[in-house]
Amino acid sequence: MKIVSLNGLLGYGYDIDSLEQIKTMDIDYIGVDAGSSDPGPFYLGNGTSFTNRDAVKRDVELVLPYAVRRKIPLIIGTAGGSGGNVHVEWMKKIIEEIAEEHGLSIRMAIIESEVTKEYVKDKLRAGKVKNIGPGLELTEEVIDRCNRIVSQIGVDPYLKAMESDVDVILAGRSCDTAIFAAPAIKAGMDWGLAFHMAKIIECGALCSVPMAAADMIVADIEKDSFTLEPVNPARRCTIERVAAHTMYEQTNPYYIYEPDGVIDLKESKYEQISDRAVRISNSEFTEANVKTLKLEGSMLAGYRTITIAGINDPETIKHVDNIFSQVKEFIARNMEGKILPEDYSIILRKYGTALSGSVPQGVPCCNMGIIVDVVAKTQDIANTICALARSRLLHTDYEGRKSTAGNLAFPYSPSDIVCGPVYTFGIYHLVEVDDLCETSSIKYIKVGE
Amino acid sequence: MNKLIDLATILRSKNAGPLYVTFDIMFDNQDNYERVKRAGVLTKELISKIYDVDAKDVSIIMYDIVTSLKITIPRKEISGSLMDMDVYGCQQHVPLANVMIP
Repeated sequence: MKIVSLNGLLGYGYDIDSLEQIKTMDIDYIGVDAGSSDPGPFYLGNGTSFTNRDAVKRDVELVLPYAVRRKIPLIIGTAGGSGGNVHVEWMKKIIEEIAEEHGLSIRMAIIESEVTKEYVKDKLRAGKVKNIGPGLELTEEVIDRCNRIVSQIGVDPYLKAMESDVDVILAGRSCDTAIFAAPAIKAGMDWGLAFHMAKIIECGALCSVPMAAADMIVADIEKDSFTLEPVNPARRCTIERVAAHTMYEQTNPYYIYEPDGVIDLKESKYEQISDRAVRISNSEFTEANVKTLKLEGSMLAGYRTITIAGINDPETIKHVDNIFSQVKEFIARNMEGKILPEDYSIILRKYGTALSGSVPQGVPCCNMGIIVDVVAKTQDIANTICALARSRLLHTDYEGRKSTAGNLAFPYSPSDIVCGPVYTFGIYHLVEVDDLCETSSIKYIKVGE
Repeated sequence: MNKLIDLATILRSKNAGPLYVTFDIMFDNQDNYERVKRAGVLTKELISKIYDVDAKDVSIIMYDIVTSLKITIPRKEISGSLMDMDVYGCQQHVPLANVMIP
């Protein structure tokens, strides 16, 4: 069976010629990953998408009418960038718009994978939460502070949704692999090969030469192997690129961890079967005794205001840390009784300083960029603290100062930029589950006509 | 002595989830790969020192099939947290790139 991965991320674009090319192939499924946690905690917490609406609509609009007519199911995972219910709804509206504009009637399975705070608390109390790495301890207080919590579903809810005949599967937060492994597993393919294939193609043509997240790749999976070939004839898959991509953004190149189990790639065999295609076999799946799902939760951390400036005078650069300490002390004293120190944080981000190991430490650069970064309990407090810091940094004196008119070169007027709400990850943990579908729900709808 | 970056064809860093950053060091020939392995310079202790993380949290894996090394460390600041400077973690490779290999 043949599965096309549209691109590395829905909204990144793809070549129109590639689309024409797949129309000449006998394609069984089209999948696309529509989200990631890479852009940070804001989008999950805030309920907005980091992908651009018009760009996402373009990517779907070009392929959907063809897919519906030819009865090739389109699978979209981690809808709306973060895969919360609000993100799924955002994507659903885009599909409804396309259905209307193109006169399509679409049968759609919608899989939601958000979880409630109560669900997570019950898991925590039952000792079924596991830390993934250092630095993030889960408490009930953290759970309460989260604005939104999603579970990264595996293939199981997808397999369930595929029991009905649908044109589109639109899913919330998912393991990137689930989108592409599910159709292969449904067709009776080996789980180890299905997941290995999915892990490589979820980034689109990123595993080819020249590499591109904004182009398509097709995987042809059979009983005992799968073959990868970029759709665009200008690209090639090589053993090196494909094997190298297997370890991309993974902590270990030999194992892929999934909710259902682990895929061992130690004995995987890679063969170059043509100029442009690589065949892979022998990737082995072992079912986990205890099944787990990964949860992601994001919480409001405050409101941000920043100011950006440059410093050109080498004497000022030498004194910048000292000046900033004085500024912080001044602000605390100046706002005593009005703004509590615990209600805001202020840091100075310096660009142009030497990194450890790169050049000798302590060598001042000729032009330093700074960001005064204030995050506070309210936007008003952030604005006030940033304004005070900006004016004080501009005019603070230091020993031997000759440039007494000002310390900062501002590129903008107004100099202070209001950034709005700021979020941080509060939850990035595994939970043990009895049923891999327990965090998700499926509904079937029909849109258009 | 050569800098690691001058021996590698690809040397990159990237988030592996918001809690970890992972480094891929790839070589296009067996000689350079073997030289780096044999040199024994890239140890958990060195990574711990240049990235200021606990040595026991450092993972170093040889990936022979593509003559590559993979190093993974916990992020000092979780992606997107208030003190974080690199949300995608893709500009963390420079101190590693400058390690000298005999």
